Formats: sequence, structure tokens, C-alpha cells
Amino acid sequence: MWLWGSLTASGARPSGSLHGAGARIDLASLAGASSLGGRLEALRGRTVLVAAKDQLTSALALIELDGVVRRMVLCPPDLSADHAPAVMRDSGADAYVTDAGAAAVHGLEGLRVSSGPALQPSALARRRSHDTEWILLTSGTSGAPKLVRHTLASLTSALTAQTAPAGPLVWGTFYDIRRYGGLQIFLRALFQGSLVLASAAESTADFLARAAAAGVTHISGTPSHWRRALMSGATARISPRYVRLSGEIADQAILDSLRSAFPEAIVAHAFASTEAGVGFEVRDGLAGFPASLVGAPGAAVEIDVAGGTLRLRSAGNATDYLGAQAPALKDSEGFVDTGDRVELRDGRYVFIGRSGGVINVGGLKVYPEEVESVINAHPGVRMSLVKARRSPITGAVVTAEVVLLEGAAEAPAEEVVKGEILQACRRSLAAHKVPMTIRIVPALEVSESGKLVRPDA
Amino acid sequence: MSVRATITSLFEQVAHEQQRKLSPLSDDLRLLESGLDSLSFALIVARLEDKLGRDPFDTAESFPVTFGDFVRLYESHSR
Repeated sequence: MWLWGSLTASGARPSGSLHGAGARIDLASLAGASSLGGRLEALRGRTVLVAAKDQLTSALALIELDGVVRRMVLCPPDLSADHAPAVMRDSGADAYVTDAGAAAVHGLEGLRVSSGPALQPSALARRRSHDTEWILLTSGTSGAPKLVRHTLASLTSALTAQTAPAGPLVWGTFYDIRRYGGLQIFLRALFQGSLVLASAAESTADFLARAAAAGVTHISGTPSHWRRALMSGATARISPRYVRLSGEIADQAILDSLRSAFPEAIVAHAFASTEAGVGFEVRDGLAGFPASLVGAPGAAVEIDVAGGTLRLRSAGNATDYLGAQAPALKDSEGFVDTGDRVELRDGRYVFIGRSGGVINVGGLKVYPEEVESVINAHPGVRMSLVKARRSPITGAVVTAEVVLLEGAAEAPAEEVVKGEILQACRRSLAAHKVPMTIRIVPALEVSESGKLVRPDA
Repeated sequence: MSVRATITSLFEQVAHEQQRKLSPLSDDLRLLESGLDSLSFALIVARLEDKLGRDPFDTAESFPVTFGDFVRLYESHSR
């Protein structure tokens, strides 16, 4: 299958539109126009980084490139110049699509194609020559992204497994479509109707007003996105039939808040990850998921709990990681370990955190080791432990416990060291990775194997 | 220090730390128009929990929209 071919199967013209903050594109117009400035054929068979900043520009490129290029890499807008060369190398990219906003991303090489949300009429014949691989980026321990390989079939398996809802839908999402959660909504919207894309430059209230103007019927975001939407006081502007949460633990408080904000809507929380794909969707308004989902025979997505963490096996799983030293993505039985820890309480599994201490701040992963390496670079620090602290705003936040070097001749006051550590973190880490609080402790527990003892949740 | 004064000084402190321009804190100021982002609010809520020993969001029936709502949420929780 290929995207444009599926959208125009048996001569149909796609009826939906993509609504960006500054422009609206009717999908049907792509039949005789292109966003790639006449360079589509020059990209055929290549491996292409889709590195535009603008979401609508990237969305158009994904539609145009699927079936045409060998492999495309979906770069989120915050891909840093530090990591861009490694992403190019590990993906084998020899071309990239960029736009005015992405001009500042250095480290990209190869054939450069400028793109934008304005379509230019073009006498192109769209045809499929490749089973395009879709490469998604997800954060790794050292802060460098890991490359996760999918296909259009794996990305749409959750979509084709369920019956399509009736009538054209208008989807909206707070997510960026270059990340797995947003990409799922993008693909659903293409097959089911239209999509309203958020813009980093607009307020939550403005986005909701735009979504309302487009007649949004289905809308999705992380629990943190939704808490922010509720704080905007602007949720009354929309009246969706379906409200979806994913990407973070949906606790009972946020489910209840959304139920009362949207009494007419189905409030559903879904489990999905870049590597494991879509797991399941829960619509009963309760946190966690029914234990009956685990080990259900004949299910399209096989759900298993092993050693307290959730494992998934389905056609929605990613294929593998790309790169020379890439770890295995699946275990020997073909399951993907999601790293999400669950606990059985009264016939329901509830999410209690991540194994290995990975912290989820508003849907963004933070590896404690990356933050610790910045803290440990301070000359007054012996060791540190970075861990999660629960937050009603972003689900979790980052905190640090620090052991100072003993007996330093002119040891500066603790407050000074804390200030210096925070400054160093702010200089070299994204804002969501900077510890909220730093506690100086006399010692940290180290296991027999010489490793820091990390909390599971 | 009163709950309101504690909250006001924390808003100012966090805005300074995060290098954000804080709007004048009146009761009808919408939180999302205060100049602070979600991470700043997460920081304020975490520090308030440390200072006041409570997290009223756990049992809140609705999310605070204005600065006044935010202060009242903590004040009502202290009674």
C-alpha cells in the first residue's frame, strides 16, 4: 500500500483538508500540485530527512514522498544540530526537505529540497515505486535520538483493525505529527476526513478556537496537553464527540475533569509507544485497563505482562532500530517491552511508572543518565541520582539528589553549588530535563554490582 | 506568610528563574496569559507542595483558570 494510492483508490478524490495555523490545504489539490517545488522526481528512491519546521509543510511532504522514496526520516522540530549528523549517518540519508523555519538546522548534507505549505501547480503523475520506510525518532539514554523503523502498514494497523466511524471526521491534535502519537492522528485524519494541526506559536485558546471553526469532532493530546487546555478556560469553545488521551499515564483526576468538561463526548485513553505501536484504547472512563485484555486469545494486539512491565506483539510493532550499534527492539518471542510498569489492582492494571527510571515529562522522555552526566561534570559533585516526582501539571517532573565531594579544601556553600548545577543543566539540556529541585544528600545507595539503585517508578 | 503571599512570591521567583516576563498578578489574570509555561507551573506546584505540604490538584473538581482560582484552590485546601 502507499498513502496517495490509498487516498485515491478507485478514482476517489480525497475530500478532507489539512488546517495549519496560517494556511489550509485541500487534499484533493495534491492531485495536480506539489509542495516540493518540482523536485519530487529528484527524490525518488532516495533516503530523505523530512526536516521542515512547519507541521503543515511536513505533512504535505509525507503524503507526497510515501511510495516514492526508499526511506523517510520524520524529524521533530526540536532536532538539534548536535544530533542531525548522526541521524543522517544512521539513516543513510542522502537528501533532505527543509523550509524557511528550519534553515537554522546545521549538519544536514546531500540534496536539499526547499518546501512550504503553498502548493505549486505541477503536471506530475504520482506513481509508486518503493515500499517507503518511515523512520521515527525517539530519545535515547545519551540524549541522542534512536531511529525506529516502521512501514505504512505497521503505522496504520490499528486503523485498519477497527471499523471506520461514520461520516467525515474533523480531527484535531495538540501533538506534533512528527512524533508517534501525532502521526497516528495524522494518518487517521487522512483516511477519515480532515485535520487541524497545532502551532507552537499559538496559544491553547487560539488553537481551540481554530479547531472549533473547523468543526472539530475528534481531538487528541497527552494528559499534560489536556490539563493545559483545561487551564486555558477555552475548552467550552469546542464540542467534540470523541476526546482521546495518550502518551502519558491518564490518571483518574484528568479523566474525571474531561468527562465533566465534555459530558457529550466519549473520553478514551489509549496506550501506544513509538516502538510498540498502538496497544489498546479504554473507553470506560477509569484509569488503567481491564485485566481481561491481557492474554486475550486471538487479539490483533497481544498484550502480556512480564516481570511487572507491559509487552506488546502486533502488526503495529516497529520493525527494528536503525544504526550500527542499535539494540534489539523485540525479545526472542517477538514482543516489544514497553518499559511501562503496571500493577494489578481489583481486576485492573494501573500504570505506576517506567522501568529503568525513564521519566515522562508531559509526554517527553527523560533518561536520568543524561541529566546525571551534566550534574556529575560539576567539579564539586561526586555522584548524583535523577528521578521522577509526580506532578499534577506535567505528570512527572525531574528531581535530583546530589552527593558532594567530601573534604574539598574550600568547599563552596551548598546553595552556590546547587545554583551552578542548575545553570549548567539549563545551558546544555532541554527545559523539561532540568531538575525542578536539587537535594544535597550524604550518600546514594549503590548495589552489589556497583550500580546506582534506581527507583522503578 | 499568607497562602496568597507565598503563591505570589513563588510566581515571581519562578518567572525570574525561567527568564519569563510575568504579567501583573491580578485575580482575573488567566494563568495561561501570565507569561509562564507548563513547566513553570509544574515547578510552582512542586514547591508549594514542599512549602505547604499539600497538593490540592488531587481532589480539585476543576482546573484553575485564573490566578484568583489558583489562590482559592490552595486557600480552600488549607481550611
